[in-house]
Amino acid sequence: MKPFTDILSRYQSWLIALLLSLGLIWIFANRVAEAGNQLAAVSQPYEGFTAPDFDFTDSSGNIVKLSDLRGQPVILNFWASWCPPCRAEMPAIQSVHQVNQAQGLVILGVNATDQDSIEQVQEFSKDLQLTFPILYDSSGVIQSLYNVTALPSTFFIDRSGIIQEVIIGGPIAEALLEINAKQILEEKP
Amino acid sequence: MLPTLQIGPLVIQTPGLLLLLGLWLGLSLAEKHVNKHAIAANHIYSFTFLALLTAVVAGRLLHVIRNWGVFSDSPASILSLNPGMLEPFGAILGFTIMLIVFTKRYRYDPWTLLDALAPILAVLMIAVSLANLASGKGYGYPTDLPWAVPLFGEARHPTQIYEMLAAGIVLVVLWPGRRWVKSRPAGVYALSLIAATASNRLIFEAFRADSALTNDGIRSSQVVAWLVLAVALWLSLKIARKDGQDIHR
Repeated sequence: MKPFTDILSRYQSWLIALLLSLGLIWIFANRVAEAGNQLAAVSQPYEGFTAPDFDFTDSSGNIVKLSDLRGQPVILNFWASWCPPCRAEMPAIQSVHQVNQAQGLVILGVNATDQDSIEQVQEFSKDLQLTFPILYDSSGVIQSLYNVTALPSTFFIDRSGIIQEVIIGGPIAEALLEINAKQILEEKP
Repeated sequence: MLPTLQIGPLVIQTPGLLLLLGLWLGLSLAEKHVNKHAIAANHIYSFTFLALLTAVVAGRLLHVIRNWGVFSDSPASILSLNPGMLEPFGAILGFTIMLIVFTKRYRYDPWTLLDALAPILAVLMIAVSLANLASGKGYGYPTDLPWAVPLFGEARHPTQIYEMLAAGIVLVVLWPGRRWVKSRPAGVYALSLIAATASNRLIFEAFRADSALTNDGIRSSQVVAWLVLAVALWLSLKIARKDGQDIHR
């Protein structure tokens, strides 16, 4: 009787064809029927999930929910005035805000006010002429909702309220911000 | 999950740290078994460094070309350290170019060099699973199985653990110290590792809940893994047949 290895080498081509056919069957058997819907039903601060909801006060003094912005893409940037990479990426964020505001992009700068001072934040915003809304997270509730463990942390949320991308750390290059902004702007609800 | 380590004002990305550790261990393992192949030990390090550099440059270059409209408005971003701005195809192209240049310069057989480098891939795959575990990427579908892990509010397949164990099995089965590694024709060892790694991706991608999908609901990574597996097996067969004919002659 021939050794097992001899039999294997004699029928190599057939074994490879069988293996690849099984691979194709496995791919088709594991197709996803409804793309992404299962994840979107759950609210978590990670890619593919619905962005956790929170309230904030807009520039007119009205209380707005993040979920009220559905239909508009949102960039959430967590930052502090003492954090060098946060400061370094702010001009790029402001530039992306100016370029894409008319297309409906909303940028919210969530300041980690529990570890910052409002005076310094206001001075910094004035120096850089930031025109997008700055939210003061004095109690750290929003940071906790988004599991923010490092600053800056940036979340790109599409028109349906789904987180498409999370970037921890920085400074983020202006081109990367712009490419991600364009992706969430192009995403249809 | 531990995406970052904060040491005072310093934030360290845990996945990046794990990948660096994997690269270092892989290089050490490749160096330890380099005597099985006709390659100088220091060339393992110099090639890896040059290939990584070329892969990053080519990956970034292709990304810049594809998004020229954005980069022309912000040229400083071309040199940004953000790792997200790389095209995988450009990186593979960069690696291949360096492989051709390096093997021509030092008169090595490309397959022999790939065999000597293969342990790096085997160890890196374990590091990639651990990096995914740290970052939370590559999480699984909800399941009732007893070994499910609670994650994002549901009990899920521990996909990163599956992938880590599978990569560990591949490393043990295809351990570079095995005697058959030296007796096989050049290229078969590297291709076996590539085929085994592609098979793991093909199998375990099915349990992941964050796969990129085609319009038909097919997981893109599985299609890529199947193609890599087919090419690796076809090339192995071709090399083995050529070697058989040479011996016969």
